[in-house]
Amino acid sequence: MAKQRNDYENSWFPRLQRWIAQGGTRLSDQMTEELSEASDAHRVLSAEDVARREVEQAVHQLEIQEHEAALYERAHQWGRTKGAKLIRAFYAVLAVLMCVSVIAVLLTTVSNLPSFGGENNPINNEVSQRYIEKGLQETGAVNIVAGMILDYRAFDTLGESHVLFIAACAVMILLRLSDSGDPRQLSRERMEAEANDRLYEPKNDIILQRVAGILVPIIMLFGVYVLFNGHLGPGGGFSGGAVIGAGLILYLNAYGFAATERFFTIKTFRAVSFIALAFYALAKSYSFFCGANHLNSGIGLGTPGDIFSSGLILYLNIAVGMVVACTMYAFYTLFRKGDM
Amino acid sequence: MQLWQNLPFAMILLPLASASLTSILKGKAARRAALTVITLVTLMAAALVIFMQGYGQSYTFMMGHFPAPWGNEIRAGMLEAVTALCFALVMLFSVMGGLRDIEHDILPDRQNLYFVMCELTTAALMAQVFTNDVFTGYVFLEIMTIAACALISARTKGRTLVAATRYMIMNLVGSGLFLLGLTLLYDLTGHLLMSNIQEKIIALSATGKYQQPLTMVIALVTIGLGIKSALFPFHTWVPDAYSSSTPTSSAILSSLISKGYIFLLIKFYYRVFGLREVVNAQVEDVLLVFGAAGAVIGSVLAIRQLDIRRMIAYSSVAQIGYIYMAIGLGTQSGMTAALFQLMAHAICKSLLFIATGGLCAASGEKRGFTSLRGAAYRNPVAGAAFVVGAFSMIGIPFLSGFVVKLAYAEAAVLWGGPRMITVLAVLAISTMLNAIYFGRTVVTLFRLSEEKIAQQQKWHSGPCFAVACAALSLLTFALGLAADPVLAAIRSGLEMFS
Amino acid sequence: MGNLFNNYEEACAIILFGIGFTTLLLHRNMIKKIIGFSMMDSAIYLFLAAKGYIAGRKAPIVVSVSVTALMLALTVRLYRRYHTLDIDEITMQARREEA
Repeated sequence: MAKQRNDYENSWFPRLQRWIAQGGTRLSDQMTEELSEASDAHRVLSAEDVARREVEQAVHQLEIQEHEAALYERAHQWGRTKGAKLIRAFYAVLAVLMCVSVIAVLLTTVSNLPSFGGENNPINNEVSQRYIEKGLQETGAVNIVAGMILDYRAFDTLGESHVLFIAACAVMILLRLSDSGDPRQLSRERMEAEANDRLYEPKNDIILQRVAGILVPIIMLFGVYVLFNGHLGPGGGFSGGAVIGAGLILYLNAYGFAATERFFTIKTFRAVSFIALAFYALAKSYSFFCGANHLNSGIGLGTPGDIFSSGLILYLNIAVGMVVACTMYAFYTLFRKGDM
Repeated sequence: MQLWQNLPFAMILLPLASASLTSILKGKAARRAALTVITLVTLMAAALVIFMQGYGQSYTFMMGHFPAPWGNEIRAGMLEAVTALCFALVMLFSVMGGLRDIEHDILPDRQNLYFVMCELTTAALMAQVFTNDVFTGYVFLEIMTIAACALISARTKGRTLVAATRYMIMNLVGSGLFLLGLTLLYDLTGHLLMSNIQEKIIALSATGKYQQPLTMVIALVTIGLGIKSALFPFHTWVPDAYSSSTPTSSAILSSLISKGYIFLLIKFYYRVFGLREVVNAQVEDVLLVFGAAGAVIGSVLAIRQLDIRRMIAYSSVAQIGYIYMAIGLGTQSGMTAALFQLMAHAICKSLLFIATGGLCAASGEKRGFTSLRGAAYRNPVAGAAFVVGAFSMIGIPFLSGFVVKLAYAEAAVLWGGPRMITVLAVLAISTMLNAIYFGRTVVTLFRLSEEKIAQQQKWHSGPCFAVACAALSLLTFALGLAADPVLAAIRSGLEMFS
Repeated sequence: MGNLFNNYEEACAIILFGIGFTTLLLHRNMIKKIIGFSMMDSAIYLFLAAKGYIAGRKAPIVVSVSVTALMLALTVRLYRRYHTLDIDEITMQARREEA
């Protein structure tokens, strides 16, 4: 005779049956569900019976909960002591193994690559040759790199400026304190953020203010120079924008938000990045469209070496610089107090 | 050059340029702007498909005044046009279907930024589809990654932040490997334009030089894009990310962004390495194994879920495994099946996520199966749409999922041998598992006693939701009933591709 | 060994890349992960510089700045909410919160 299991309800077949019959799998869900349905169907059960069953049910639930809590506690305890050690050791071994194997595989690859600085390497081909030989003549930019990133391969650069823009938007989604809801709540949040901020920042530091008073104009001027000179010498939008952004951040650190908010708020950020990016996208769209359809774009290259030369490159550099400067400053203020 | 040939260029630049405009608009206006832009892109994609049919060959489009190895270039063929149309349609209806949830889940002052992300995702997708330059591919891939992170974390809850972080970590690893692969590739060939790289690679394999680094490059690109598109062992971020974000984000992530990476991978295989190189490097076998494992394990994990959105997320993992399995066959028919599955699944998953959004909204924003009982009576539109999506996933005839399975079986039989057996076995097992978990969900949605049906409170998700559900259901039916033109377009597109 | 010693710059870049990669994947501290990512990216620039890479020269740097900012923003939010930088601990707390 087969032995009857006393926990037949919990063996796999009835569980499968129950699972097919019902949506959930949690035993407790099912029990309450069944109980209520049963009481619906058989109203003849006496109130006493129902009460007794409910009490039983409650006791059972409590036991399950206690058991689960104990299990959880044990697992957690193990996780905090022995388990953590084990996992950490495992991770360390895994890390070293992986690091070594990745490096080994890649080093093998490097040993098979063309040798460093070789004359006949594949990268010394007609592409780079034309950039170097004809760059000046075709783009009008003395700085070959500027010609390359803003004229030859302008589409990539357009994408890159949008990488910066999208990152600024994403950081704004994450860190900006919300405008909505209770205004009192907002001001409290903001005050807290500013108070937190002040814990780590010296207030009205006289040395910093004096030095910044001298340095900031020079930094700004240098940034503008780099920006406007991008097509003539080393520099350009990305570097010039970074310098201007740094200048703004220094000014903010020395004189506080009260001073910068007079001329730079979130509205300024939005307007500037919109104007710069829209100009950039439209100008480049026009130039792409003309190029692809073999139309004359009507943009002259000017005399190489002049400040107003090399077609759109100067204006594009300015646009990129504005985006970069705004983004740098926005990152800084958003991280510091969640607003601009 | 004819005027219509500017369409791909406009499809990339329009959403890119309007993104900065949308960022200064208020929530409502931003929404209108985004919907208009995406609709325009969809219309342009449809026009491009029509023109392509008449033109019958692919063409390149110079981005600027300088011809290709020097300047940037994009390229359009039949396959690109059809894929772009599919992506644009899914994007449009995903945004439309989730509008109510976006309003509900995302703080009002951030909604315009959410729509900026949608527009930039559209632009990046179009750029991925049309690019003929590996570096442009990388730049727009990063835009897509950052946009995806913002889409997940736009609904700022603890769970979404954790999901976004895990997503970013995995994706950074993937991007790093992909970029390293591109760097090595540039070192070996000296070019960034896809067609030039391919010429060089053919020359290199003729001489037998640099074969080991080349294999390494193929492996790096495959692993990088595999990680980014949540191929099976790298799927750990998927369930959290898809289940806790707003439905539109889940739909965009699972049906567009991961598909964009896969499309780029197929493009690399055909237009950069050449399918023969890839098969020689035996990357295909690895993809077949991981794809098959993903298809089965994803389905098994889906059965265990109690939360409907986590279940659909795991089903996505399984379907991605499916796509990789077909790529792993390494044949023309396998690629055709993979591309058809890519489109069918993009439409179907978006439909499921949007419909689930409606069902959950009707059940008090709860997502457990016990709370979803009878939800189909509370929100009949969502219920019907979910049934269409679920049946397509199972593979009921007249729906797109059925054609997918047919194409898979055909591709496998053409190949024969152990691969055929693997693919057919996975097909059988996963169909059964799909039937179990989707069947059970559908039963749960409609399971209610007679007298309770009348008592259910009706929930209306608005006209946009209904339009999106209807359109996506119709597309699922269309791909099931009239699959031949689409399959023919994919085949002719693949021929233009290489 | 082929060109390994000849290509010492690339070899250095690759070693850095491997270290950064492992740090990104296997460290549990968010800040260390971000450092790992930065190392990985810098290694790639070093590689590119060694190659005299010209086209698209600035792209990865811009991307790296953006992604680092985004990761740090996520970390700040997570720290404010869970008061720890350990990603495993954070995941565990988030799960408990949901349940």
